[in-house]
Amino acid sequence: MSELTLTEKEKLLAELLASINQHRFAPDVAHVEIHGNQVLNKNLVEGLIVEAETIEDGVQVHIRVKRGVALKNPVHFCFGLIPDNGVQRIVIDTVIEQGAHATFIANCTFPNAVNVRHLMNATIEIKEGASLSYFERHTHGPEGGVTIVPVTNVRVHEDGRFSTEFELIKGAAGIIELDYAAEVDANATVDMKTRIFGRASDRIHIKEAAHLAGPGSTGVLTSHIALKNTATATIENELVADAPYARGHVDCKEIVQDEAKARAIPIVQVNNHLAHVTHEAAIGSVDSKQLETLLSRGLTEDEATEMIIQGLLS
Amino acid sequence: MNLLEIKNLSLFKDNRPILNNLSMDIWAGHVHAVIGPNGAGKSTLANTIMGLSGYRDFEGDILLEGESIAPLSVDERARRGITLLFQEPARFEGLGVMSFILAGAKEKSRAVAEEALAKVGLAPEKYLMRAVDKTLSGGERKRIELASIYAMKPRLVLMDEPDSGVDIDSIKYIFSIIKELRKAGSTVVLITHSPEVLRRADHAFLICAGTLVDKGEMSRMFDYFNGKCVPCAHVGQPVEDAVAQTPAST
Ligand SMILES: Nc1ncnc2c1ncn2[C@@H]1O[C@H](COP(=O)(O)OP(=O)(O)OP(=O)(O)O)[C@@H](O)[C@H]1O
Ligand SMILES: [Mg+2]
Repeated sequence: MSELTLTEKEKLLAELLASINQHRFAPDVAHVEIHGNQVLNKNLVEGLIVEAETIEDGVQVHIRVKRGVALKNPVHFCFGLIPDNGVQRIVIDTVIEQGAHATFIANCTFPNAVNVRHLMNATIEIKEGASLSYFERHTHGPEGGVTIVPVTNVRVHEDGRFSTEFELIKGAAGIIELDYAAEVDANATVDMKTRIFGRASDRIHIKEAAHLAGPGSTGVLTSHIALKNTATATIENELVADAPYARGHVDCKEIVQDEAKARAIPIVQVNNHLAHVTHEAAIGSVDSKQLETLLSRGLTEDEATEMIIQGLLS
Repeated sequence: MNLLEIKNLSLFKDNRPILNNLSMDIWAGHVHAVIGPNGAGKSTLANTIMGLSGYRDFEGDILLEGESIAPLSVDERARRGITLLFQEPARFEGLGVMSFILAGAKEKSRAVAEEALAKVGLAPEKYLMRAVDKTLSGGERKRIELASIYAMKPRLVLMDEPDSGVDIDSIKYIFSIIKELRKAGSTVVLITHSPEVLRRADHAFLICAGTLVDKGEMSRMFDYFNGKCVPCAHVGQPVEDAVAQTPAST
């Protein structure tokens, strides 16, 4: 992509933000907008460093929240591509320094996608006693011509906390190859959640893994997926507990309608007799008791199913 | 006037009668109680009237204002004004309390949801934003279920043990809901093991082993709770044997 003029940048920025229903930020809210391989706009706050450089098919981003800084407001990132085809590769390394706290909200928007690839390669390091809540919401067009490949490696140091939520409910998912892995030190926690609605011929593959390496570490892996039409999903959740008093839980719920297909492969492994890991999985049609409760209030089967799915994905 | 007529209703599971030739009249605007021991068939009766899956294949008939509801699905019955408070309420995943309460309400406004929650003694500001999921206690779940029924303003509500799991201080809310529903013209059927709940009814049916063994004014039915299950004297026996011994219903 060639260098954009100022008006081109402004136009793209407006389109990106409009596609996610975001129009203005208060001056004390940090935000970064990236279209394709161009940083369109950036507003930072004290204690937050974001450096970005253009690479051939995307952007390399370094994010740092300085030691002891607790960012008051969430930092908003917007990644996207307005044209109907192209590649956007985002390579990010994030460091949340000792005792710092931050919340990131990332909107990934491909409103016109017919043939778009969004490749995210992230490493995240949460230092001792620091925390990061990362929320990633995808907005896709109705055609689902998007391939999303987010690969994230997280290291949560002692007493650190990391939570992540991946949401793709609006628009067609397309092809998702999500792969998140976390290494969790002593008394640190990791909480990973995915909420996806797959339709049409969407192909969804989720891999979430947490290695509870330190004593007292905790991990929760949650996947809530609803599928209809001929969508398919494979969910692999892996939780390995090596240390005493490590605690983990895997929660995988998939509602399957029409010709859709779902597969769940939970792996829970405990290598220390003082650790404890649980797992629950439910795949199938809508729970009949939930359904009948709503039917007995007069909702039709379609309305009741819709309501139950909305709940699962909320 | 009869709102609902249950005529010679029998329901079999594994060739065993769970409901055995039951005939009952449910009078419009009245509060009826259904009492009887564990396994008598009380929940089965309610589930059959509601038309839940597994309870649709029965003998006899159920008439709503003279018209058979047997061919109707659960939601069609509900849209005719019948609803059920489940003995064990379902737990959802993520479904908001407000959406749940308003599911069957004609007017879907926050004010309606708040009023319904207040009626069951749950502070709206504390519960409205929560989900109807496993994080609610059993009693909270039951009261939210009742709130949703209150918001629906049904013509006939079957309450399967509305007081079970509800603490002693909160039972008054259950009673006031029953009173309010009746005042609004609803007909109520209370399935219960509690004399306190029975006291809120005008009239009661005693069911044992799927058979109607007694019916009458509420005040006459307390003997059952005093261990005098007349006229059938088979408490504690297996249901199959009891069916054989039970005299024809009065
Ligand atoms: N689907 C079913 N399959 C087989 N047996 C059933 C089924 N549903 C109910 N039953 C049996 O029918 C009998 C009546 O059950 P029901 O739940 O109606 O009793 P109840 O009067 O509501 O008892 P409780 O006071 O314990 O709630 C019981 O013996 C029960 O085991
Ligand atoms: Mg029962």
